[in-house]
Amino acid sequence: MLLLLEQCLNGLQFGLLLFLLAAGLTLVFGIMDLVNLAHGSLYMMGAYFAATFVERTGSFVVGSLMALIATLALGVAVEVVALRRLYGRDHLDHVLGTFGLILFFNELVRLVWGPAGLTLPLPSWLSTSIELIPGIHYPTYRLAIILTALLVGLSLYLVVMRTRLGMLIRAGASNREMVGALGIDIKLLYTLVFGLGAALAGLAGLMQAPILTVQIGMGENILILAFVVIVIGGIGSIRGAFIAAVFVGLLDTVGRAFLPDLLRLVLSTTAAATAARALSSMLIYLLMAVVLVVRPAGLFPAPGR
Amino acid sequence: MLTVHQIETCYGLSQVLFGVSLAIAPGEMVTLMGRNGMGKTTTVRSIMGLTPARAGSIRFGDREIRALPAYRVAKLGLGLVPEGRQIFPNLSVRENLVATAANRRNAAAAWTLAKVNALFPRLAERAHSMGGQLSGGEQQMLAIGRALMTNPRLLILDEATEGLAPLIRGEIWQCLAQLKAAGLAILVIDKNLDALTRIADRHYFIERGRIVWSGTSAELARSPDVQHRYMGV
Amino acid sequence: MSAPHFDPRRIVVAALIAALILLPLYTRVTGDAFALTLFTRIVILALAASSLNLILGYGGMMSFGHAAYLGIGGYAIGILADAGVTSGFVQWPVALAVSALFALAIGALSLRTRGVYFIMITLAFAQMIYYVASGLDAYGGDDGLTIYRRSSFAGLIDLTNKVQFYYLCLALLLAALYGLSRLINARFGRVIEGVRSNERRMRAIGFPVYRYKLACFVIAGTLCGLAGALLANHTDFISPATMYWTRSGDLIVMVVLGGMGSLFGPLIGAVALLVLEEALSRVTEYWQIILGPLLLLVVLFARGGISGLLRELGSGIRYQETGNQRSDR
Repeated sequence: MLLLLEQCLNGLQFGLLLFLLAAGLTLVFGIMDLVNLAHGSLYMMGAYFAATFVERTGSFVVGSLMALIATLALGVAVEVVALRRLYGRDHLDHVLGTFGLILFFNELVRLVWGPAGLTLPLPSWLSTSIELIPGIHYPTYRLAIILTALLVGLSLYLVVMRTRLGMLIRAGASNREMVGALGIDIKLLYTLVFGLGAALAGLAGLMQAPILTVQIGMGENILILAFVVIVIGGIGSIRGAFIAAVFVGLLDTVGRAFLPDLLRLVLSTTAAATAARALSSMLIYLLMAVVLVVRPAGLFPAPGR
Repeated sequence: MLTVHQIETCYGLSQVLFGVSLAIAPGEMVTLMGRNGMGKTTTVRSIMGLTPARAGSIRFGDREIRALPAYRVAKLGLGLVPEGRQIFPNLSVRENLVATAANRRNAAAAWTLAKVNALFPRLAERAHSMGGQLSGGEQQMLAIGRALMTNPRLLILDEATEGLAPLIRGEIWQCLAQLKAAGLAILVIDKNLDALTRIADRHYFIERGRIVWSGTSAELARSPDVQHRYMGV
Repeated sequence: MSAPHFDPRRIVVAALIAALILLPLYTRVTGDAFALTLFTRIVILALAASSLNLILGYGGMMSFGHAAYLGIGGYAIGILADAGVTSGFVQWPVALAVSALFALAIGALSLRTRGVYFIMITLAFAQMIYYVASGLDAYGGDDGLTIYRRSSFAGLIDLTNKVQFYYLCLALLLAALYGLSRLINARFGRVIEGVRSNERRMRAIGFPVYRYKLACFVIAGTLCGLAGALLANHTDFISPATMYWTRSGDLIVMVVLGGMGSLFGPLIGAVALLVLEEALSRVTEYWQIILGPLLLLVVLFARGGISGLLRELGSGIRYQETGNQRSDR
């Protein structure tokens, strides 16, 4: 029971991190109709920047903030220099072009930071654990991630649903030409949205850095999961991304933890172990396949597509 | 205020406008009429910079705007109520009006949400309904209100009464008459000759990408053959 | 569409094929064995890329899971070899059959979606297969499976002989290209291209679009499975890494770089990519830094790939991209 609670919290934490990544991805896809495979690279850069700045400044908070700003700037630079030429083109062109960017960033990282990964140690005040309910301890840092991600998610929701910028973003998703014809510089809007997505990806990367190793290619692994999330949630829908991400995070974490035991009820121990390992990685993809068959446009498809 | 001189526009390789010229003075209501496919909407799109003209000149005030991107044209004071209304279905009525609202020239009697709601009481009633839930007539009013909220100096309406019931159409004409009385310059693309001859000042007829007749309402009333030839009425 | 007077593509392709045929001679003379190994790999991957070209270039179906079939073909060989079955006469038909079956299953489900959803679901299936393979501890799991004995063909051909193996791969590639060209020029190919440019119209005319697409998908998967069997023999090794989604990306790059929808495009693309890799990696260890932006530039400015550029050169007409149309979103 305690284990289940812990695993659920871990799943929630993973899911929320996925949400941060997926939110940026779905925003960019929904507004600019851009399939950006290099989104994972921004996540990776966030982690690398964080590891470097934290070491340089000696402060976890300052270093993280610097990393966030750096990733935002990098995202804007990439959009202005390279990606904006891809708007309006076929999705295949987006996939190919941004795939090229993945290669570029992976090599760039290897050039600057070397092939071995980096580590980002937690400061002592975050390495503790909190007693949630008498008897249950949970790492402070993971709790911090959950709270931060929820806060960011809420802020994102408020911005998109309650501010003028949010109105323009949503309007642009359904009819970008008309938004331009009413006096709004769409290009600037796009750059802003992309920057926002980059910042979210960078945040996810830097928050994840102390838990996983910071290494080349870390973006690709999680990028697919983020895509799965937005496909399940419905492309262009932040609410869909949130629900799907939390669900996927829970399914993946809890599934991995309890599947071996579940399978052992029906299979032999060795078979169960092998099957569990394969199946638990597959769970998310199976979920996506099922969702696509039942609801081809995702759970909450955004309007105007 | 707006002077369009000999513009030529193409969609891809096919040319649609072959030297269209028209002019609108401040406070005038001018119509552009013709059958379907003659180039009315293309003219509007060229003026707004959505489908840029590749030759000719378009001057607004004292500025050449032919090569400007759409948002710059809009910022200079052209308000568009496009064909098909094109309101934002995923925004509420209030959001549709507010999202792109602006008062760039600090006009004294600026259009505000309150004024638009006064002009279109039905919109005020449905302030929080989603744009996509509105009826055709309500959407048309919303599109007009949305353009007014940008405080334009010239309002362009493309087929603003298409597909609407006669009662609603009458309301729209009334609304346009009110706007004209308030001094707003208006360009109307439509096919309803009768109503427009009564409230508009001058008319242009376009056929296959060329202006084939222009004149005042009085002149038009005296030339029923013109109406017949170019509108098939 | 009139044929250009002077088509540099034909010359380049002819020269390329001649060079490929004469390669072992060059190797014997110069003693550069590495070239033979490199080009065997190029030929095998060209076969894989050509199979992808059928569904991507001609059929307009962007599959991001095509590398899975390389793995399926390879694992068929590996698993059978591990079980003691080393006869190519048994292994290879099994590899083809299994690839075809997987393609049938995956295609049947994936082709119910389109656009980016199709991309995602093919990706998902490929990843699923990747994870299953990683979980096969009996066959090495993540570390992969070493293949100690290459497929034997009862003395007809010795796969351990590099030259003979190379010629086998080349022969299979050319045979496959010939078969593909017959397919493309037949009614089947015409229908598939029609589907790519306007699926709704084809459906309205009455073609069983789904069945054609599925058939196309299965053919492509089977051919790629063959490439997988060859690859396994070439490297004497098979691992899940062959099927990771970024490898599917590599195949797509080859097809696009060479020229989508052109028969020899993938071959040109495979040669260009792998030779470029080799050349660049001698200059700098970080050659992918150049490859990445290069790919983006190709996408932006040379959409028809090398094939397209050559055609432009010959006819002087600006190459009009007729590629994937987003008729379904």
